[in-house]
Amino acid sequence: MSEERSQVAGSAGDEKLTPELVAFVEEWKPQPGNVIMVLHQVQEHFGYIPRSVAFEVAERLDVPVAKVYGVITFYHFFRMVRPGRHSIAVCMGTACYLKGGQDLINELEMLLGCSNGSVTDDGEFGIEAVRCIGCCGLAPVLTVDGEVFGNLTADDLPGILAQYRGK
Amino acid sequence: MANQKYLLVCSGESCDADKNHLLQEALQREVAASGLGATVQVVKTGCFGFCAKGPVVKILPEETLYVEVQPSDAAAIVQEHLVAGKPVARLCYDQQQSKLHAKLEDIDFYQKQVRIVLRNCGVIDPDSIDEYITRDGYVALEKVLFEMTPEDVITELRKSDLRGRGGAGFPTWRKWEFTRQVTNPEKYVMCNADEGDPGAYMDRSTLEGDPHSILEAMMIAGYTCGSSKGIIYIRAEYPLAIARLKRAIRQAKEYGLMGDQVLGTDFCFDIEIRLGAGAFVCGEETALIASTEGSRGMPRPRPPFPAVKGLWDKPTVINNVETYASIPVIIMKGGDWYARIGTETSKGTKVFALTGKVKNSGLIEVPMGTTLREIVFGIGGGIIGGKTFKAVQTGGPSGGLIPEEYLDTPIDYENLSKLGSIVGSGGMIVMDEDDCVLDVTKFYLDFSVDESCGKCAPCRIGGKTLLTLLDRISKGTGTEDDLAHMKQLSVAMQRASLCGLGQTTPNPVLSIIRHFEDELNNHIQDRHCPAGKCTALVRFEIDPEACIGCTVCARRCPVNCIAGDRKLPHVIDQERCVKCGACLEACKFNAVIKS
Ligand SMILES: Cc1cc2nc3c(=O)[nH]c(=O)nc-3n(C[C@H](O)[C@H](O)[C@H](O)COP(=O)(O)O)c2cc1C
Ligand code: FES
Repeated sequence: MSEERSQVAGSAGDEKLTPELVAFVEEWKPQPGNVIMVLHQVQEHFGYIPRSVAFEVAERLDVPVAKVYGVITFYHFFRMVRPGRHSIAVCMGTACYLKGGQDLINELEMLLGCSNGSVTDDGEFGIEAVRCIGCCGLAPVLTVDGEVFGNLTADDLPGILAQYRGK
Repeated sequence: MANQKYLLVCSGESCDADKNHLLQEALQREVAASGLGATVQVVKTGCFGFCAKGPVVKILPEETLYVEVQPSDAAAIVQEHLVAGKPVARLCYDQQQSKLHAKLEDIDFYQKQVRIVLRNCGVIDPDSIDEYITRDGYVALEKVLFEMTPEDVITELRKSDLRGRGGAGFPTWRKWEFTRQVTNPEKYVMCNADEGDPGAYMDRSTLEGDPHSILEAMMIAGYTCGSSKGIIYIRAEYPLAIARLKRAIRQAKEYGLMGDQVLGTDFCFDIEIRLGAGAFVCGEETALIASTEGSRGMPRPRPPFPAVKGLWDKPTVINNVETYASIPVIIMKGGDWYARIGTETSKGTKVFALTGKVKNSGLIEVPMGTTLREIVFGIGGGIIGGKTFKAVQTGGPSGGLIPEEYLDTPIDYENLSKLGSIVGSGGMIVMDEDDCVLDVTKFYLDFSVDESCGKCAPCRIGGKTLLTLLDRISKGTGTEDDLAHMKQLSVAMQRASLCGLGQTTPNPVLSIIRHFEDELNNHIQDRHCPAGKCTALVRFEIDPEACIGCTVCARRCPVNCIAGDRKLPHVIDQERCVKCGACLEACKFNAVIKS
């Protein structure tokens, strides 16, 4: 069984757990309820959860692949596609929604020519709508690579993109 | 030192967003350059709550508050305020555009607030256990360990009548008493920091501004219920809060306040952090347990309640962040003291994240029993841009919209549920005439449908059907029968859903059917959206008389559906128009008409 599994894993992609990640997995292995914590660490490293790594995690933790996939697909936070070099997260929590979060998404889609939830062809930017990031006082808000920009209008966006393009 | 001064700089996430470290550095530089280094200290603290006006700087002991401070203002603050002793007028918060308010207690935003949960937020450096201890930190833990039995703690909580702040309002003493009574060598104390309500950030600010208060309260819970293991389940979206909690845990262990033999007693307690991964339903306690166990966060039927069978099937106490943050104060000042604040059925204070179309959005803490009007028009300063108030929404996706006529209702658990809403975890969103109640309700419903875990049919299918019906009305194809159908479905969902998510999903829908019938009827009978938000019912046209043919609108239109020659009136192709309103914004001659 395990041989079969690793064969599938081998053909699934070429990303692999790094030695640090392997150490992390081993540290968490004896602790019950470890799958989510391990996946967080994997996503932190790769920016997403590559298919091959999901298989490797399942094998090392000795849980069924179905369980790992069940967890990844249940939680919004986990991604299975490679994000853009710069991730733009537009808040669509209630406060931001009321203050024009959708306008920011529309404008970004126009400026970047890719739709919400996808990545530009050159892989530079990815746009994503997220839930409240806890800066509602500054609504509408977006983050680029974790840096927060608040009280925005559509006119602010070209300037923000310029700060990151090519960096 | 007698004339020691402190410059407190907010480092909450909202203010950090405004690049606050630069401000902190600039202040430090200026202080050093002016030779005041020995008597003036620049301190970073947690959130002051006044987020709409951030970054905020407070000067102690005089309590001067400066708002919207930029790094370039550092020199003025140091030279004018500290050296010359004159407040910097242009940085003071100007309430009436006439009178300057330099002192914290003068500002409406703070006047009506009572800070128990947020007692240390904006006062201490959250990364310093010493500062927490200076402000009576860990005194309650010491009192509990050396002077009180577990029964005493429960008696005190019972006197305080503290009810859970996570939404349901269940009396905390009862939950602890149930768990205490179960005999089991292994029990757990959990903190619910999953804060899923989109548009609320009370727990985040508390954790970021005062992490030790949560640790202290969890240990008090551990002592009372007979547990030695605590787990904080926190959203992965809150990295700053996670980092501060981790540091706080490390510091508490170094000081012998956590770990084996706390303060030399037989009591042992350890706290671990587990990360959520962006699923609203995981805020529900049984789903939270499933998620902590590493599985998909699906709720299960209760009973058995977590107090009997919780994490790893062991007795488990689960409380919200704000509930915990109130507890050390109750222990120190006594349950009777706490019970004097609030209303008959709801004691103490509640933190709200006041946001939306209100002037002073931010984090506020008020006694239970404060009216909605005092919050929206007093603390909040009224509606932005002189627009008309329409509704205030409490309780997030599980709550409802409350119209103008009920603004004088004192807030407590019972009163808000009579109005068809809930106190909830503390989101409070103000809407004005430009917001459509149907559009907002669709937003919430969309959220709840997306977050439904799919385990039970009433929630999975009922929510989706409600959304379809509501969508129909927003497109002008709804009927009165649809309203009746929605009511029926809502009641079925409330009764038959497995967990609180499905049971409360219909609340926003029921609240608009009850309070905003006219606006719904506008959509159904007149096919008209009074706020102009429901795009299918909105039409943009160009008045040929007013149009001078400047072509600006045609160039702004994202779908190129505006035609016309230069200097001649333009026409919008209604078939292709996406109703974005760009033409309306672009036109300088008021020739675009929205109807
Ligand atoms: C769908 C749903 C989401 C919830 N989300 C939260 C949450 O984000 N934070 C929270 O503390 N409680 C939340 N709760 C309430 C918890 O189930 C539980 O009642 C609470 O954590 C108990 O703590 P308390 O007694 O201190 O309020 C949620 C409940 C439901 C049904
Ligand atoms: S709603 Fe956008 S930050 Fe809260």
